[in-house]
Amino acid sequence: MADQLAIGSRSGLKPALPLLLPAYLWLTVAIFLPLSAMVFFSFMTDLPLAGKEWAFTLGNYAAFFSQSLYSTLLFASLRLGLEVTLWCVVIGYPAAYVLAKVLKGRSREAIFLLVILPFWSNGLVRIFSWAMVLREGGILDTALNAVLPFKINIDLMYSYPAVIIGLVHSYVPYMVLTCYLTLQAIDDSLIEAGRSLGASRRQVLRRVIIPLSMPGLIAGAALIFVPVVGSFMEPRILGGRTGTFYGTVIEDQLVAVFNWPLGAALSFILLAVVLIILALAAPVLRRAG
Amino acid sequence: MAGVQVANVSRSFGAHKALDDVSIDFADGGFYALLGPSGSGKTTLLRQIAGFDFPDSGRIAIGGESVERVPVEKRRIGMVFQNYALFPNMSVADNVAFGLSVRGEAKATIATEVQRALDLVQLGKLGGRKPHQLSGGQRQRVALARAIVTKPRVLLLDEPLGALDKALRVDMQIELKRIQREIGITTIFVTHDQEEALTMSDRIGILRDGRLVQEGPPEEIYDRPQSEFAATFLGDANIFRGDATGTGIKLPDGTTIAASTGASVPAGAKASCAVRPERIRISTGAGKPHPANANTLKGQVSKRIFAGNNSTYFVDRDGQTLKVIVQNTGAERLVEGQPVVLSWSPDSTVLIAA
Repeated sequence: MADQLAIGSRSGLKPALPLLLPAYLWLTVAIFLPLSAMVFFSFMTDLPLAGKEWAFTLGNYAAFFSQSLYSTLLFASLRLGLEVTLWCVVIGYPAAYVLAKVLKGRSREAIFLLVILPFWSNGLVRIFSWAMVLREGGILDTALNAVLPFKINIDLMYSYPAVIIGLVHSYVPYMVLTCYLTLQAIDDSLIEAGRSLGASRRQVLRRVIIPLSMPGLIAGAALIFVPVVGSFMEPRILGGRTGTFYGTVIEDQLVAVFNWPLGAALSFILLAVVLIILALAAPVLRRAG
Repeated sequence: MAGVQVANVSRSFGAHKALDDVSIDFADGGFYALLGPSGSGKTTLLRQIAGFDFPDSGRIAIGGESVERVPVEKRRIGMVFQNYALFPNMSVADNVAFGLSVRGEAKATIATEVQRALDLVQLGKLGGRKPHQLSGGQRQRVALARAIVTKPRVLLLDEPLGALDKALRVDMQIELKRIQREIGITTIFVTHDQEEALTMSDRIGILRDGRLVQEGPPEEIYDRPQSEFAATFLGDANIFRGDATGTGIKLPDGTTIAASTGASVPAGAKASCAVRPERIRISTGAGKPHPANANTLKGQVSKRIFAGNNSTYFVDRDGQTLKVIVQNTGAERLVEGQPVVLSWSPDSTVLIAA
């Protein structure tokens, strides 16, 4: 026993290398190389393709600071990220609680399947199906008017709420899953202990369950906030003219305008801003957890 | 402080009757053990008293007040859980303070009360630690301090010593008893450990399959078990089965065994006798039986287990193996295969109705 322990600690990383190598090789090739290329592009005046002349420049980064449009859109995107994350907490946390603490056996499996289902459907299909629901004369409009005695006009299509609805739908499973994992790890006897000490269900939730499930909430929030800030598909399809966000501008640069250097520079500014926000939030969140 | 009355409580989970018409009166200030094998309903009963679950029928009263439909947080009970259930996100002091703090007590009051409770369990200096920095015995004490700091009417303990090793368990038994006496709180203690039940409690209730088998002070249950189950579950017992004669029983082979304690069973009915292994004398057969009216049986030693201060002899007799425990006083030891005579007083023989 002691011998095995000694061998395990002496040999260190070496036996683990064959296990680590595939993942790190893949990460290097698939992420690090293209990303370095994009860093390189972001400092160029033009793409070196098709024999065009190019030089190094800081102009792409300067563009972000010289035109207020970019920072306005970045703020709009950050706000979008925040709102979608909050809605995901509001919708996802109670669902995760019920899954982890109320349902058992078959019914839990069934509800779990419904949560995971969005992952198995194509993202574009999901968004277009929302378009059918939200537009005027669409499914929601028709259904509500069929039930309600008075005439109302539901036309959420091409609006900010439509973008929020589409994004929350896409990302809420992450919140449910991360919160479910931490909630499930909380021993039921802790809840019973709290109540035996005279705490109401609400007090137990606020003082025991939420603090103990904070890691799941934080993980879920990070998983949702970051991609939502850079999202472009949902804003473009469901937001129409109102759906111009930082992510759609980057997409325009890369896909429509073919100004890769500017697109790359805008992407890295976004990355930097997100990292700064996460770094600033880390100590606060750690204390809360 | 208050007594607890459980009257005709039944609870079923589907087709399974977890509690079947159980009635127990827990006296104010007493230390009561609920003893039974797993699945006997002892934990279910404790949870009914705590209020985590409500009975299908019957009445539960704490301090004379009916509580069978009162939720747990309004019952003013203190509970210690098998796994301690300390809040891992809070310090020891915050754990103990929880009950007072949800009640909205003043900060200064909380601090004094918490310190007093921690002193009582001899952890006065560890208030700043987190639960994971404590040993099992210390966690146990924190759980106890947390349960009693709110001055509950009754203290409920769900196998609280089950996770501790033997030496620590004995320490905690003494400690728990000391604290219970000091604050004089009505205590109900669930255990499957008969030794724990015997040494700690004023009264014991033995449960089996959701029913109360017997209830009374430990000595009474040990000396006068009313069923074969009670006799063998609380302590060891040799059981003889036969037909009642009015003064004892007659075994199928014609041997009579006189019994002067226990139930009165009409002659001719089926009955059994229970004899504790330490009440039986074992000898090579020389000399007269003592006392003169002692029950005697012949047998043959099949096995001897030496346990330091005592030895257990297994004696074969007419297809039955009897157990005899003898103090090791330095007298001659009997060897396996040796023919022996067993004798014991009718006073030590308990008659049990079948």
